[in-house]
Amino acid sequence: MTVRAAAVVFPGTNCERDCALVLERLGVSVELLWHTEPHLHGADIVVLPGGFAHGDYLRTGAIARFSPVMDAVSAHARNGGLVIGICNGFQVLCEAGLLPGALRKNRGLSFLCHWTEVRVCNHATPFTSRAEEGQRLKLPINHFEGGYYCDESTLAELRENGQVALRYEHNPNGSLDDIAGITNAAGNVLGLMPHPERACEALLGSEDGVVLLSSMIDSALRAA
Amino acid sequence: MSRYLAKVDVMPKDGISDPQGQTIERALPALGLKGISSVRVGKSISLQIDATDEDDARRRVSEVCARLLSNPVIESFDVVVLPL
Repeated sequence: MTVRAAAVVFPGTNCERDCALVLERLGVSVELLWHTEPHLHGADIVVLPGGFAHGDYLRTGAIARFSPVMDAVSAHARNGGLVIGICNGFQVLCEAGLLPGALRKNRGLSFLCHWTEVRVCNHATPFTSRAEEGQRLKLPINHFEGGYYCDESTLAELRENGQVALRYEHNPNGSLDDIAGITNAAGNVLGLMPHPERACEALLGSEDGVVLLSSMIDSALRAA
Repeated sequence: MSRYLAKVDVMPKDGISDPQGQTIERALPALGLKGISSVRVGKSISLQIDATDEDDARRRVSEVCARLLSNPVIESFDVVVLPL
């Protein structure tokens, strides 16, 4: 069986081709889906790639949430379908209520574009099953608004449910509890600020992104 | 129906750190300005709305604020409505 992914393209999204290239190399059939599409065309995985959806006007992800495709993405997530939001995609998932919390401007107000080391804090999610618990992954970040925030009771829930999938080894942006990536309670939706799709070739500095993306593909195959 | 002008202030919630406000605050001493604290930066949005009365206008603008103009996780909002 071939796993099918839909990479959603909002006006201003700019990482969809990187995501598509990497997933195709891993054997996934990828369709780029314009944000006005009301259907996912049978995709097993929805990818919300990075960029500046709708110019990041008002707040990052605030307008994207109202794009017609998001109803289909929400329905897919509710039905247990896999959804991964990378960087701006993470911000969209939070605004859409598919993940709790919000992303704030980086501490220090710097746009950050560098490698980070993240730790796999829960290897039992559909996105981390190929990792060892505690495994360090070298992944790049590229964002201005990546400081994760939620209230205390939400943070307690995230910790209790094992929803904190990834933490920074050295917190770059003031993110609460060093959070780099979280899942929803069911585990089928992941949002993360680092870019796994930019860490899939040794020549580019790291292949660690493959760990996350291959785990996700394994999960899609298991669900089929 | 009458037309109203709504002025909306969206601010970082109390207790939420505001890097923009902090940066401005740190710049003030360089200007020789003292005794200024608690700088917070938000957004001001104005819009016009047709409504049956002022309460109706305020209620509907508040809904727009809650659903779109603010993110309730990190921001609070304040609405002032004026007849045009």
